[in-house]
Amino acid sequence: MDRDTTEARFPMMRLPMKQALFTVLALLISACAQQPPVMGSGDLGVVIERASGSLQIINTSDHSSLARVTGLGDLSHASVVYSRDARFAYVFGRDGGLTKVDLLKQRIDQRIIQAGNSIGGAISQDGSMIAVSNYEPGGIKVFAADSLQLIADIPALTSTGHYSKTVGLVDAPGNRFVFSLYEGDAIWVLDMSTPANPQLQKFNGVGKGPYDGLITPDGRFYIAGLFGEDGMAMLDLWHPQQGVQRILDGYGKGSEKLPVYKMPHLEGWAISGQQAFFPAIGRHQVLKMNMADWQLGQRITAHGQPVFVMSQPDHRRIWVNFAFPDNDTLQVIDVETARVIHQLTPGKGVLHMEFTPRGEQIWISVRDENRVDIYDTRTLQRIATLPAQAPSGIFFTHRAHQTGL
Amino acid sequence: MIANAALAEVTAQRRDSIAYTVQQDCGSCHGLTFAGGLGPDLQAERLQSIPDDYLIQVIKHGIPGTPMPPWQRFFNDEEIQWIVTQLKRGSL
Repeated sequence: MDRDTTEARFPMMRLPMKQALFTVLALLISACAQQPPVMGSGDLGVVIERASGSLQIINTSDHSSLARVTGLGDLSHASVVYSRDARFAYVFGRDGGLTKVDLLKQRIDQRIIQAGNSIGGAISQDGSMIAVSNYEPGGIKVFAADSLQLIADIPALTSTGHYSKTVGLVDAPGNRFVFSLYEGDAIWVLDMSTPANPQLQKFNGVGKGPYDGLITPDGRFYIAGLFGEDGMAMLDLWHPQQGVQRILDGYGKGSEKLPVYKMPHLEGWAISGQQAFFPAIGRHQVLKMNMADWQLGQRITAHGQPVFVMSQPDHRRIWVNFAFPDNDTLQVIDVETARVIHQLTPGKGVLHMEFTPRGEQIWISVRDENRVDIYDTRTLQRIATLPAQAPSGIFFTHRAHQTGL
Repeated sequence: MIANAALAEVTAQRRDSIAYTVQQDCGSCHGLTFAGGLGPDLQAERLQSIPDDYLIQVIKHGIPGTPMPPWQRFFNDEEIQWIVTQLKRGSL
């Protein structure tokens, strides 16, 4: 190797040592500048932009949008769960798409189409599995959280030989998943503690038309709302041998059922001490129930058909949004007095709300105004707003560590 | 012919507003692309074999015992006919 060639390849070798070191350092610094900054994910979240098949990654500390991720398919009714390291968002789309989004690299990590039509999902207690609830074909599929490889396929075949849409899918302690069969009038418990050998326990005849379900934050009680009956179906997962019990039977007795222009959601059921607040179906009421004896405590007259009834993390107030045509309004209920203490009208199409982990802010999607509004929960004043394309669901990363979310 | 008459009676501005409501609010059960959800598929291909009169009655009065609510409070007869025509054309 002659001297001239070496010089051409490595010109800096002829520079004095000090200068060479400086050049190397400069190169290193410029390489670092091209990497995303090191950051945690505890104050991040996503806002679903349902009409454009995209989402925004947002930061709740400085009220900023970090990135828009596109190519997520049909996101009507999309929902999200988080990996236990709170780095990845699993997005469940209406078109059967399951997309794993990397919040730190701000891009899609993996995406599969796992069914024709789906409605939501859950992550297992240990974070290793993602379950998806499907309308078409009706049933549950379970995937490995890291690779999205199929682990189990559980068709919701009812006793009459028909497939049922599955709804109200949640995770439960012991790597179990619990869900309801809308046409099958059933609640099924899927035990995935041995992934190679899924065990299914079926509870039939729980009531007509379970339309959604929830699990209490301690993972003990699974409760399905019934569209076809005045009442709810409750399963105590500590004592499943007791079977499914009917609670709040005839809660709407004495009042005529009104048309429902959007089905209420039971996820994020507002449980405050021994009291639970939840949407009546077909009545413009928020119901208060005593969890000690499962008896109806109070009916709180509301502005319209409630959709989400959500408790602030401090459990002092309940925030409620409403179905079409009253979906421009939010009401705030004081837990101690069970009274509506405040009403606001952020704009048409208030679809969802999400509290920051310790509850000092609430983020509200206002679909028809293409805005996400951020309110201070103490002063009830709007403190910031972010542009978004027809925003719907808002999901923050602290969900990663909560059973049922 | 009825469809054309109905089209003429629904103003352009109102059409935009109805189309938005159908897409967004009917879409909450039937899907934004009408591919179905808790409610059935409303895509043009499936609707072809279903008579207009039946679809009009369903939109107007809902289907008792199911989550399908009546929409006559929000749309008049001409507007419901227009919605049915547009759904069957796949142009909503």
